[in-house]
Amino acid sequence: MADYLLKITDLNKHFGGIIATDNVNLSVQQGQIHAIIGPNGAGKTTLIAQLSGQLKPDSGDIEFAGHSIISDSMAHRARQGLARSFQITSVLMPMTLLENVMLAVQGCSGHSFRFWAPVARDRDMRSAAMASLAAVGLEDRAGRTAANVSHGEQRQLEVAMALAMKPRMLLLDEPMAGMGKEEGAMMVDILNSLKGDMTILLVEHDMDAVFSMADRLSVLDNGHVITTDTVENVRSNHEVQKAYLGDGHA
Amino acid sequence: MNWLPATVSGRAYALLLLVLACAPFIFEWANQPFYLDLLSRALILGIAAISLNLILGFGGMVSLGHAAYIGIGAYCVGIPSYYDFYNGWLHLALALSVSAGFALVTGAISLRTKGVYFIMITMAFSQMAYFVFLSLEEYGADDGLVIYSRSEFPEWLSMNSSTGLYYWIFAVLLMALFFTKRLLHSRFGRVIVGSRYNEQRMQALGFNTYRYRLVCYVIAAMICSVAGMLLGNFTSFISPDMMGWSRSGELIFMVIIGGVATLFGPLVGTIAFVLLEEFLSAITIYWHLIFGVLLVLLVLFGKGGIHGWLEMLDRKDVDHG
Repeated sequence: MADYLLKITDLNKHFGGIIATDNVNLSVQQGQIHAIIGPNGAGKTTLIAQLSGQLKPDSGDIEFAGHSIISDSMAHRARQGLARSFQITSVLMPMTLLENVMLAVQGCSGHSFRFWAPVARDRDMRSAAMASLAAVGLEDRAGRTAANVSHGEQRQLEVAMALAMKPRMLLLDEPMAGMGKEEGAMMVDILNSLKGDMTILLVEHDMDAVFSMADRLSVLDNGHVITTDTVENVRSNHEVQKAYLGDGHA
Repeated sequence: MNWLPATVSGRAYALLLLVLACAPFIFEWANQPFYLDLLSRALILGIAAISLNLILGFGGMVSLGHAAYIGIGAYCVGIPSYYDFYNGWLHLALALSVSAGFALVTGAISLRTKGVYFIMITMAFSQMAYFVFLSLEEYGADDGLVIYSRSEFPEWLSMNSSTGLYYWIFAVLLMALFFTKRLLHSRFGRVIVGSRYNEQRMQALGFNTYRYRLVCYVIAAMICSVAGMLLGNFTSFISPDMMGWSRSGELIFMVIIGGVATLFGPLVGTIAFVLLEEFLSAITIYWHLIFGVLLVLLVLFGKGGIHGWLEMLDRKDVDHG
């Protein structure tokens, strides 16, 4: 029996008449990169939002590391080691990259009802933050304001912040959204460098990127998982190919 | 000269504090006791504005009910004095604890809302407090309550003379400024500021933003209640008018005039507000009209308030240097 870190059972969510998540069952094994693909509007981001606690599902259960987290808040799930990056860049724009990542370190290292000691002089937090910035290749941008770096660098910052939380699992919602070819390739390198150590649930549009990284793949359509399999098997699955991957991948 | 602040704004604020520290001597020498009164009132409201800025500016929680805590602080002097309890420590402890309790209960409810709803609900709670005091016949209701003697403290801390009271106010002001400065750079402060920029992101980072904001709301209320306690001693007459919603609105203006989310902004904003009010009302009885126009112009064109202007000088200084 495989060792599942995340287990989704019979998850349902609808907005009015629209079914966004239709009886989703999905398990992610410890140490694997599990990708979710599917056309626009398939409910990928909605699924991530329910996993992170931003949205409440109508029914179903989510188990993380053997415990149901269905009634835990977003913050509580984050502290349990389920870190999330956002599809739409969601960093603290007026702060420097270092301050952004230091907040991520701070969020998962005890409470913050400390009113007196300056954070900037906390060496442990600082070096942990610098390590995360270095992991995504942003160490020489540490002092820049987030609003003043390129879009690609903001995407890297998203990942650095998620990493800085020392999570047990990453939920990455289109980490390459809006990136150029070169930036995208860099992100693939970054994520591949985490492979094996980190469990990742990845939503991504870029098929080449997905095929080069993922261990397993789920195809989502109209809120429903139509198949979950190894990358090789999904690639050779004729129907999936025709419907979602286009002829270019034949 | 390393001890001099590096920027124009820094030097201006250092000079301001120096002048404020010497003010009683200056006004005594000039034989103008009235101006010490005016300044005392300005600094008390300045403390209130600094505390409001903590939630409104740094925390992004626009409260239209902050004057309630001035009123609570003042009545924590007035009501015990009515029963001949003049002990200053008692007044101070009452002000801090009653305001904290009121802020904890009302904040816990208010902070479940956002934006306009937060503004409305904080205003509603402060109006409830206003009407409670308005209905207390025993303590003067809308006629107010006269405080016959100031809070009693040990000799060296006495606030019986106007100079003694002024230095009380000045000391509390310095503490409020210093505390705010430390708070902003602490772990707690980073969470508060981060939650203003992007609350959802902060939650995704593992912060229970609601709890941190609630504690910030309570801290601001407690600081403001000390301003109220000082105001009660200063005016020696208190009434529910001190906590009406228009008073809360004035506090917001003071913060905006000086510069939202800046350390010294609320202080200089309040001083400017009080001086302007004083001099305009001496010129004409229609001064509210002129004052209103000035405020509109300031909000439209004076981006960043007085602190913003000083910062522009900072930048010029850097350019030429």
